[in-house]
Amino acid sequence: MVRIRGLVKRFAGREVLSGIDLDVPAGSVMCIIGPSGSGKSTLLSCINHLERIDGGRLWVGGELVGYREYKGRLYELPERQIAGMRQKVGMVFQHFNLFPHMTALQNIIEAPIRVKGEPAATAKRRAMALLERVGLAAKHASFPAQLSGGEQQRVAIARALAMEPQLMLFDEPTSALDPELVGEVLAVMKDLARSGMTMVVVTHELAFAREVGDELTFMDAGLVVERGRPRDVLAAPQEARTRDFLSRVL
Amino acid sequence: MILKLGSDSGVPDVVVPLRHPWTWAASGMAVLIAAAVAVSVATNPAFQWPVVAKYLFDAQILGGLLRTLELTVVAMAMGLVLGTVLAIMRLSANPLLSTLSWLYIWFFRSVPVLVQLIFWYNFGALYPTLVLRVPFGPELYHASMNAVITPLTAALAGLGLAQAAYTAEVIRAGIASVAHGQTRAAKALGMRPATIFVRIVFPQAMRVIIPPVGNEVISMVKSTSLVSVIALSDLLYTAQLIYARTYETIPLLIVASLWYLAIVSVLSAGQHVLERRYRQR
Ligand SMILES: Nc1ncnc2c1ncn2[C@@H]1O[C@H](COP(=O)(O)OP(=O)(O)OP(=O)(O)O)[C@@H](O)[C@H]1O
Ligand SMILES: [Mg+2]
Repeated sequence: MVRIRGLVKRFAGREVLSGIDLDVPAGSVMCIIGPSGSGKSTLLSCINHLERIDGGRLWVGGELVGYREYKGRLYELPERQIAGMRQKVGMVFQHFNLFPHMTALQNIIEAPIRVKGEPAATAKRRAMALLERVGLAAKHASFPAQLSGGEQQRVAIARALAMEPQLMLFDEPTSALDPELVGEVLAVMKDLARSGMTMVVVTHELAFAREVGDELTFMDAGLVVERGRPRDVLAAPQEARTRDFLSRVL
Repeated sequence: MILKLGSDSGVPDVVVPLRHPWTWAASGMAVLIAAAVAVSVATNPAFQWPVVAKYLFDAQILGGLLRTLELTVVAMAMGLVLGTVLAIMRLSANPLLSTLSWLYIWFFRSVPVLVQLIFWYNFGALYPTLVLRVPFGPELYHASMNAVITPLTAALAGLGLAQAAYTAEVIRAGIASVAHGQTRAAKALGMRPATIFVRIVFPQAMRVIIPPVGNEVISMVKSTSLVSVIALSDLLYTAQLIYARTYETIPLLIVASLWYLAIVSVLSAGQHVLERRYRQR
């Protein structure tokens, strides 16, 4: 589903990703861990072209993301076409980023109606089903500010799912939450993984990675340092840097 | 059980809040002064209240009032539309667009509106004729500039173009106040730039934009009185025309002031309602 080769990303000349190779097969869950500033968020943002890449290639569902290749060169696509591609990739942010001027229901139906041109009635019916699925049907008329962090994040997941994506990206979805609210969001994500969704999850929840992840990648300083089955990497890390990081996190 | 405040701990039984005798004395003075002013204004025959009453609903004055309202609405609408365009240009990644917008704002905020009004009124001296033509092709429209630039169009150009520069800054600040994560979330859902602006960014910017724009509308009502210099019969100029004839200067200025007070009061109430509607939930 996702294939990344030699991905390079710079911010103002400083290399933040220095040649990432990564594969996420359809239906699998890839967890990414790593110290702050190692480039995890940047990597996710490159996957749906919220950030422009400076080198390498990146495919989602077999399609080159953000560019058209012609005679060995990459030409950036117009925003309109990139928007079309982004519909297939859902994204969940650390700080939820719900639209504060819309209710939970309006947050969810906005993109299906405006982007896909779905009739309002259909969009509402599907949105209510999604809210049911994340356990928030009763809160459909609440504004984000009236919801707890955990509830906001579940609405955000429902909002992404409303576009029926083939791939879901999660950027530390629980790290802005109070500890007692983490569980409800992870439960929704587990349920999603079980339903066969392809997922890339940046997280510090190692228990989640062990239980749900098919593969675990450890990143440091813009590079993939180690990867493998989550229980192997967590129990017996091969690289010194991984061991060092895990000893600090656990 | 009754809680007894501690005579046994040495704390006094009665709590005396800090008194502010001077605040009260000053307030009393202010009320007295206001009352004295009110009495003098009401009883001084030089204010000629009967004359005020006679002209308050005079047809000519009401016509001027209508012109003032018309100028306010149209110039403000020009300011909002052009100001939004300028704000978007200013925030654009394209350096040419953002510099153009910066230049416009710089120029129209620097030159006094009074000067701009007189300038537009005399525009015909610079370009006596107005010609619209397809480049190197036939003429589409031809007119004498004096026919195009009437006092009304000069007033609207002067007030509206200057207002756009102020409104642009307000709108730009409003747009910039919307968290960047909102745009990222909307993009991630596959929304296009125009949809993101109209549906996500602008509604949130409104919250920040409305209070200062409300103030701008109110100051526009009063700025319209500047058009008396180009002989456009707004509320003030109409009053001036009348007292030039009758020498009843003070009462007619009072008539104009009462109408300005009335308009601004209504607008302030409207601003309050709008602010409540757009307040963050
Ligand atoms: N828009 C940006 N402009 C400039 N530098 C940036 C930008 N975004 C990220 N960076 C830099 O890129 C590096 C990687 O950032 P990134 O957010 O991807 O790290 P991360 O692994 O997600 O860290 P964290 O765990 O703290 O979220 C950091 O050094 C950061 O300062
Ligand atoms: Mg991050």
